[in-house]
Amino acid sequence: MKLTTALMGAVAALAFAPAAFAERGADGNVNVLYWQAPSILNPYLSSGTKDVEASSLILDGLAGFDEKGVVFPRLADSIPTVENGGISADLTQITWKLKPGLLWSDGTPVTSADAKFTYEYCTHPEGGCAQAARYEGIASIETPDDLTIVITFTAPKPNPYTAFVGGTSPILQAAQFANCLGAAASTCTEQNFKPIGTGPFVVTDFKVNDVVTLAANPNYRDPAKPAFATMTLKGGGDAAAAARAVLETGEFDYAWNTQINPEQQAQMSAAGKGVLLNGFGTLVERIEMNQTNPSPDLPEGERSTTKHPHPFLTDIRVRKALSMAIDRQILVDIGYGAAGRPTCNLVPAPELFASPNTECLVQDMEGAKALLEEAGWVDADGDGIREKDGMPLKILYQTSTNPVRQDFQAVIKDWWTELGVDVELKNIDASVFFGGDAGSPDTFQKFYADVEMYANNFDGTDPEPYLAQYKCDKIPGPENQWQGENINRFCDPAYDALVDELSKTSDMAKRGEIAIRLNEMLTKDTYIVVPLVDRGRLSAASNTLGGVVLNTWTPSCGTRRTGSA
Amino acid sequence: MTDATSAATPPESFRGAVWAQFRKHKGAVFGLIVLGLLVIFSVIGPLVWNPEKLTVVEALKSKNLGPSLTHPMGTDQLGRDQMQRMMAAGKVSLAVGFVAMIIAIFLGTLIGVLAGYFKRLDGPLMRLTDMFLALPLIPLLLVMVMLFRDDLSRAMGPEMGAFVLIVFAIGVTSWMHAARIVRGEVLALKEREYVLASRSIGATPRRVILRHILPNVISPVMVAATLGVAEAIITESVLSFLGLGFPPDFPTWGRLLFEGLEYMQLYPERVIFPGLAISLTVLSVNYIGDGLRDALDPRIRGR
Repeated sequence: MKLTTALMGAVAALAFAPAAFAERGADGNVNVLYWQAPSILNPYLSSGTKDVEASSLILDGLAGFDEKGVVFPRLADSIPTVENGGISADLTQITWKLKPGLLWSDGTPVTSADAKFTYEYCTHPEGGCAQAARYEGIASIETPDDLTIVITFTAPKPNPYTAFVGGTSPILQAAQFANCLGAAASTCTEQNFKPIGTGPFVVTDFKVNDVVTLAANPNYRDPAKPAFATMTLKGGGDAAAAARAVLETGEFDYAWNTQINPEQQAQMSAAGKGVLLNGFGTLVERIEMNQTNPSPDLPEGERSTTKHPHPFLTDIRVRKALSMAIDRQILVDIGYGAAGRPTCNLVPAPELFASPNTECLVQDMEGAKALLEEAGWVDADGDGIREKDGMPLKILYQTSTNPVRQDFQAVIKDWWTELGVDVELKNIDASVFFGGDAGSPDTFQKFYADVEMYANNFDGTDPEPYLAQYKCDKIPGPENQWQGENINRFCDPAYDALVDELSKTSDMAKRGEIAIRLNEMLTKDTYIVVPLVDRGRLSAASNTLGGVVLNTWTPSCGTRRTGSA
Repeated sequence: MTDATSAATPPESFRGAVWAQFRKHKGAVFGLIVLGLLVIFSVIGPLVWNPEKLTVVEALKSKNLGPSLTHPMGTDQLGRDQMQRMMAAGKVSLAVGFVAMIIAIFLGTLIGVLAGYFKRLDGPLMRLTDMFLALPLIPLLLVMVMLFRDDLSRAMGPEMGAFVLIVFAIGVTSWMHAARIVRGEVLALKEREYVLASRSIGATPRRVILRHILPNVISPVMVAATLGVAEAIITESVLSFLGLGFPPDFPTWGRLLFEGLEYMQLYPERVIFPGLAISLTVLSVNYIGDGLRDALDPRIRGR
């Protein structure tokens, strides 16, 4: 599920640019197009990006992530750290202070009790909160006074910026949602459709799965914002139509997630009404190498399990050669244009966690061939396919059905064929491939192929849970209904030990170092994961908008119109 | 006088008579020519038109070209020659269409005749037909592909395995309409005087069916068959689109059409050529069917 959401693409959002000279509501109306229309405005009841982002216009958390992935205060006075005493030395407690004088859009004061209520709302056992993960590991929340929130964790938490941080866990108004706890949550239509918030806008009208009309929040904490008096958030259509509405016809000022192919990008931008913006997050298109034998000759239940190591992909020289034969820049040009860039990393961002590894960016066909020769793979019978001990170098390469992925398959097959590898392609309907059905042989977890290609990213800014997916105990297999996340069946005790160390480290610089090490262990040291393209989130913005900052870490919204202020 | 006239018309063979009648149907002749050209294009074309295989980088330099002398149908987004792909695709699409149609018509006629002629078999066979009609096609194909794809591709290679599987899958899921049509015809025919006469002189059911009934149900069968070809080509496109069909590096007309869809606005020829090929095939097969029906019908032929 998580993965499918990630693949559906893109969290692109606008962040407020500093516009101190502007006046609230001076720029009139702004039209925003979300082709997947919002269906609810309470992020605790939906994990859909569209809903979370639409709600973030109305609801605010204590802090947010800026476009570099750094935490900055929203409702909080400042960001608590170990240094300023906001986080206890043993990492089990964090103390937030609210800005004094904050008001809800209905004019009542914001207090710490609202935060405590939000925690109770989301962790209610009958509530089915979509963002429960943000509140995991919390033992209790205390409110010593109206402005102080003390969160105590059950265990040391090196990354305590989860609860009330980012667009997925805003603070709800206790007074409004008092009767919506637990099973009643989804029946509170009025509350879920028109929440009272602290964000820049308030809802004036909401037509489910169609349009949200908003007006500036009269009690917003910055008197100069938002620059727009009203906002229309329209849903419907598809990515290409959305891009066209902004770039060619100019009906809309901004369109979200306009993932279109490079030719269309060039053609639509040429109309001159707007520009395509791109924000890079952590979504990486990659090839995963199976470390276990997927041969159909093995009995069911033993295929692609740790019982049978892969006959040749366990040899790092073969994996490295396959990676060296790929020219990543060409793949970017074919599939993503401005919305992608070549990468060698599984964790391409945030900067702190991104390895400077760029070794794979240059294609080296001769080097790859030499490496295979060295590993004992030679074309003895002259059929163009290398063999070793009578076994031909034959690879089954699968991915989901998607035009860009099929183009990638075709091109990579050409390169691998040149290398002397016999490649068989297979594409599987995305709903089956990512469906996770333990009964289907075609899921990406079952991995009944030698290599497979897909994209994945991680929530928030901390890659720890993401990197922990490659631990030995996360290997999918029949005993866990094929639900593990270690798709490659990679297992290295040294890696596991380093992940454990990461979970005990709180110093950010040190965490960065460890994360980079872990990333390199999977990529340039072993070529277990062969990253191809760092995929950005493409949005279209009209030329009349100014100060648009794309933020892939957290939804947050607003901007101003150039030339009118 | 009368003798002279009859001597002027030479006694015709059955085939000759059918051909003479067929030739009178302009549409059918035109269809036959177009279909023939399409078959030649797909089967002989690759022997004549064989641009050299470029490396990825070289090919990408000539991507998205419009039709020209070097690339009569242009190139696709990866710089592959579109004409070469159309030929390869045509071979597959035509083969799938015709083989699946033959399977479907064979099954449909068999079941229709048995159900119509033998009263005892009527109930069970028609309920079987109803059951197949009620089966949702896509989930059924999903299951078939899941169960048999690996085994077939191991036994026959990925392409041949996929071909057998798809042809079989389409064949066994599209015979029902033919069966119903044939049964209806047979029910009416078996009460005709000549059938009763044949039965009264002790002809075996086998002979009655082959000699008197089958030739008379040919017309509806032909119509069903021609429609079947079109349907099979389209079903194959759907399957390829869902990733259940041929491997992605194995083009078919349907797949080319789907691939071109994204580029339709920029490079309309990307969808026009495969779309035209599918339409022409379907249209010409329909006309041929029409002509054949007239030619095979003794009442029309006599006039």
